[in-house]
Amino acid sequence: MSTTSAPLTSTPPIAPGAPAATKAKRKLTSPWASLIAVVIAVLWTLPTFGLAISSLRPERQIKTTGWWTFFTDPQVTLDNYREVLDVENGEGLGSFFVNSFVITIPSVLIPLCLASLAAYAFAWIRFRGRDLLFIVIFALQIVPIQVTLIPLLTLYVDAGIAGQFWTLWLSHSTFALPLAIFLLHNFMKEIPAGLLEAARVDGAGHVQIFFKVLLPLLTPALAAFGIFQFLWVWNDLLVALTFAGGGPDTAPITVALANLSGTRGTAWHLLSAGAFVSIIVPVAIFLLLQRYFVRGLLAGGLKG
Amino acid sequence: MSTAEKFLEMFIAIGIFVAVVGVILFFAGRIGGRRGDRWVAFLYLAPAILMLAVGLIYPAARTIYQSFFDAAGTAFIGLDNYQTIFTSRDQLTVLRNTVLWVVVTPFVATAVGLLYAILVDKARLESFAKALIFLPMAISFVGASIIWKFVYEFRPDQVGVKQIGLLNQILVWLGGKPQQWLVESPWNTLFLILVMIWIQAGFAMTVLSAAIKAIPDDVVEAARLDGVTPFGMFRFVTLPSIRPAVVVVLTTIGIGTLKVFDIVRTMTGGQFDTSVVANEFYSQSFRSDNQGLGAALAVLLFVLVIPIVVYNVRQLRASEAR
Repeated sequence: MSTTSAPLTSTPPIAPGAPAATKAKRKLTSPWASLIAVVIAVLWTLPTFGLAISSLRPERQIKTTGWWTFFTDPQVTLDNYREVLDVENGEGLGSFFVNSFVITIPSVLIPLCLASLAAYAFAWIRFRGRDLLFIVIFALQIVPIQVTLIPLLTLYVDAGIAGQFWTLWLSHSTFALPLAIFLLHNFMKEIPAGLLEAARVDGAGHVQIFFKVLLPLLTPALAAFGIFQFLWVWNDLLVALTFAGGGPDTAPITVALANLSGTRGTAWHLLSAGAFVSIIVPVAIFLLLQRYFVRGLLAGGLKG
Repeated sequence: MSTAEKFLEMFIAIGIFVAVVGVILFFAGRIGGRRGDRWVAFLYLAPAILMLAVGLIYPAARTIYQSFFDAAGTAFIGLDNYQTIFTSRDQLTVLRNTVLWVVVTPFVATAVGLLYAILVDKARLESFAKALIFLPMAISFVGASIIWKFVYEFRPDQVGVKQIGLLNQILVWLGGKPQQWLVESPWNTLFLILVMIWIQAGFAMTVLSAAIKAIPDDVVEAARLDGVTPFGMFRFVTLPSIRPAVVVVLTTIGIGTLKVFDIVRTMTGGQFDTSVVANEFYSQSFRSDNQGLGAALAVLLFVLVIPIVVYNVRQLRASEAR
């Protein structure tokens, strides 16, 4: 993945032969270019910033004045966060927040492990029908999850696990597999065959090769997909809404937030604080592991 | 359930899962020699294939079958559900909105992403500038919807009532009257689309920026020596070089947009003529208890995704062949 670390070459000086008009134009474009870039950047950050400021303002203030008045009349409070998290007198978002973790962690680990095993088989073991099977799994990426929801719900009800975490773990893991297998397969194919051959000559079996040779080399790919899947599951609404119901026992924070927006659509002191409680984890993960995330995006985007 | 119980259940689940993988690896480890390869492959693939068969292939087939049945899912009614989608007034609005989403979002998001990628390329603070645009990708659609709903917030135009939504306040500052952005059809759909553009532009920018950086320096250099204008550089050097990446970005955003559900549900709930196929699927299946129509809408989504994917694969093949 050399694309992310491409060397930054400085702009070469304008050739002496360049026509004067071009030279002038280039000088003109630069400030305009910067201005447009700044405008886009501001447009993209201001909405989030406004809500962030609001989440820290007293309820009365939020409801009567715009968040920009904060700069002339700054009043800060944590009451909104207290109310939105409080179980007894507030919205009790805390337990939904916990649910999000409980849902997300296995939903990331399970498909990662299963997909690594499958990707290994596709990349490094020769067997009949391999290519056909791989194409089928690759093609499954296009199945929209909507198509699966109702029959799956029926299956879960029949199995007696409806409304439990199991439904979400199984669903998210299944939905992740086609892309995960495809991505990890691509990464595994890039590992030189000689490395595996050498291990095999030393008497290593498939299990040892997998753990001792491949796994260390695969860490960046696993991290990339892991972050992808983490963000996807944490931010998911549809799957959770369908299988987990809306209660504090299993529903994740996105469901709680969507319901809050539906029932108390103008309670901005709660909505703003609630939104930030839900945003904080994926944004932190994203900022900490951005490098891996971008790498995964490029691998998925350019090869997919 | 208490927090401790939830985490206990989680660890039990992970434990069961680790045990299953352990058994697989144990047996795979005992199979020796190249002849056993087939068995190792079978063991490694079995869990994934089992899950995909039960959790993806079977349900998809079942839904297609169900789309030919009535609301209760008992009487066979042929193509009636599909006829409803393409003839009833409500459903036609849903289709119109979906077309609007899929046409507008990919192109605008890609255009903004590309413009920004070019503007900040090799600039000072490039990675910081990129992170600003990219950050919305980490935010859930629900969170993004709330952020934008606040921007669109409307307060009646009365003396003593101040606007708290940024968009209406700007309008008031410019001397206009505050608007109910999310109520007036068909413009409200455009305001919902804006949220999706806001989320997806970062994706477009990241992929296209990497593609731009991959353009060989000597090509850029040669064009520069020929005295190409900045626009000419974009039109004749940059764009042709990154064309495959642009196609991938457009199609990826297009597919994502086709399935958009969270934004519509959180911002308007599909009211005021803003519903789209994915939202209508949910309403029909789980609110109106019209299983047949819900299934037909899900199948429609499936069918609409296919041509985009086929186009994408063809373009990739073409660019690889070159």
